Amino acid sequence: MPRSKIDLPCHIDFLSILDAQGNLDESLEPDIPDDTLLRIHATMLLGRRFDERLLNLQRQGRIGTFPPITGQEASQVGAVAVLREADWMVPSFRETAAEIWRGRTLESVIFSNNGFNEGAQIPAESHTLPVSIPVGTQMLHAVGIGYGIRYRKKDNVVMTFFGDGATSEGDFHEALNFAGVFEVPVIFVCQNNQWAISVPRKKQTRAETLAQKALAYGLPGIQVDGNDVLAVYAATTEAVERARKGAGATLIECVTYRMSVHTTADDPKRYRTDDEVEEWRKRDPLTRFQKHLTRKNLLSEEKIAAAETDVREKIQAAVDRAEQQMKAFGAPLDMFDHAYAEMPPHLKEQKKFLERELAENREE
Amino acid sequence: MAKMTMVQALNLALKQEMEKDDRVIVLGEDVGRDGGVFRVTDGLIDQFGEQRVLDTPLAEAGIVGMSIGMAAFGLRPVCEIQFSGFSYQAFHQTENHAARLRWRSQGRFSVPMVLRMPYSGGVRALEHHSESREVYYAHTPGLKMVIPSGPRTARALLVSAIRDPDPVVFYESKALYRAFREEVPEEEETFPIGKSQIVRKGSDITLVSYGSMMRPTLAAGEILYEKDGVDAEVVDLLTLAPLDESLFTESVRKTGRAVIIHEAPLSYGPGAEIVARLVDKSFYYLEAPIARVAGFDIVIPLFSRENHYIPSVQRIVRAARNVLETAA
Repeated sequence: MPRSKIDLPCHIDFLSILDAQGNLDESLEPDIPDDTLLRIHATMLLGRRFDERLLNLQRQGRIGTFPPITGQEASQVGAVAVLREADWMVPSFRETAAEIWRGRTLESVIFSNNGFNEGAQIPAESHTLPVSIPVGTQMLHAVGIGYGIRYRKKDNVVMTFFGDGATSEGDFHEALNFAGVFEVPVIFVCQNNQWAISVPRKKQTRAETLAQKALAYGLPGIQVDGNDVLAVYAATTEAVERARKGAGATLIECVTYRMSVHTTADDPKRYRTDDEVEEWRKRDPLTRFQKHLTRKNLLSEEKIAAAETDVREKIQAAVDRAEQQMKAFGAPLDMFDHAYAEMPPHLKEQKKFLERELAENREE
Repeated sequence: MAKMTMVQALNLALKQEMEKDDRVIVLGEDVGRDGGVFRVTDGLIDQFGEQRVLDTPLAEAGIVGMSIGMAAFGLRPVCEIQFSGFSYQAFHQTENHAARLRWRSQGRFSVPMVLRMPYSGGVRALEHHSESREVYYAHTPGLKMVIPSGPRTARALLVSAIRDPDPVVFYESKALYRAFREEVPEEEETFPIGKSQIVRKGSDITLVSYGSMMRPTLAAGEILYEKDGVDAEVVDLLTLAPLDESLFTESVRKTGRAVIIHEAPLSYGPGAEIVARLVDKSFYYLEAPIARVAGFDIVIPLFSRENHYIPSVQRIVRAARNVLETAA
């Protein structure tokens, strides 16, 4: 009998709780305290409006290029909202809303997007790594952190973010594989926003879902409506609980959409239609959540208007503060800081060279 | 003091640091039950268990990437890449993250890890098992690049590397693993990273080398002394980055002549950097052009021909004689 069937867990759940019209499946509604719901909403709204403002600043030449997040607020905030402060987050580069939830200031985002390292200053107690630009490489760091947590017998977890394009990178597969082998408490959150710059999701992989890739590594995977913040929250809660009790990692595929450009240097008209974007606009995560919260009597037209005002004021204040603070930034000699714990002699020499050059430039 | 091979000396360093500091974790392919293909991690899994000695899946980026996360968390991973020729599959992790996380996070996170990997030819190995690519790492800002030249320096430098707050790429010459034994003290011994040492005092010519080439370089020094009456000063670099130029620039100010020896390919090799430093710091003391003895700019040939590629004692002696023949 040379040929028989091996039974494998060959299905992937798809989870949706709040549909595009804001209708709720009550049987699946996660238990989220009202103040948390409102904080999630406020952060999503802040993420959206901040994105719009950054785009504006970029077009005015007041910041450099940046990767917008519009459309992905639910995938980000719904996931990080489940974490404790002492848990870890390992972002890629398109998780501004999640970073804001974790305490990153709007100013620091503006600093980074203005080419100032000062934007990467992370408070000593923070467990959020800085953004990682090389696609897919950061997931392995989450595995290593997860190993540290396990080794020290703590009950924290690590959440790492990446996109659909990243699932084509070897590091994604190595990370899932290592996570399975070492049973680390890692939540892999894939923001499948359909586009890796100009390459659509279907050209990244022949597989029907990205979530199913977890199965090959012996991990659970789930696909959720990534524009449904309740579904993201519910799936993440399950994954975090599993990780906290030592049952290992999970891959969550959030099906969402990058409503805006890849970065401000990108022109999506070259590769996708306005119709497609309009279709996704109907599934907007923010307005959908607002409908839901309005039905729950947590929001109203007046309260949304007040929240909008509040967010606009916060952003304006942050832009003002940032532009003020940046005037004091950019001392060229600071570029030598943090290369090593202790500056080696050749760098001291190179720093001195620049110092002399600056002095000479001033004299000329 | 016990006489040890370099493999045993490295093993001693790992064992003692693991005893001293429970943050030290060893990981890599075959480092556990097998004790590493060269046996450098032999016995560690029995003493420290599977939580601290990890046989990883066969994936270099995974090993290095996971180590970076461990280090950012606060552990002290010492990972082994089985052969340096396979380290390129982890190069993006090394360059993009290990070398930069301190800078990128403005000092909040650091990567105190050691990437151990065997390099060099001379052991009749397969393709990809014999090359010397230290320049890739020495050229990368944020990394330190260390290459011991024998059992004693290997032990002392590995201890220092493990304790270093920054990522250290630690090249171990396969040709030296079991080539000879040296006295290695049982009690703790470190050697500062970023320091070279003079291993032979002399006044007529300066020979600068490191790692696998130290023994042929010293042998050449002896021949020059016995046959030519030339007293060579020999500098062992030990660390390629950050490079300690103080001893070799000082030495050449005294001797006026220099030969640099390495197994890595000639062009853009460590010798080019050393020549540049000499031109910068010792130019007016030079009495002859500086010579470089190095691997050719080709893939190191398979082992039937590798002896013609790897700098030999004779090639070093000849280069030194050419330099010495140049009139002041």
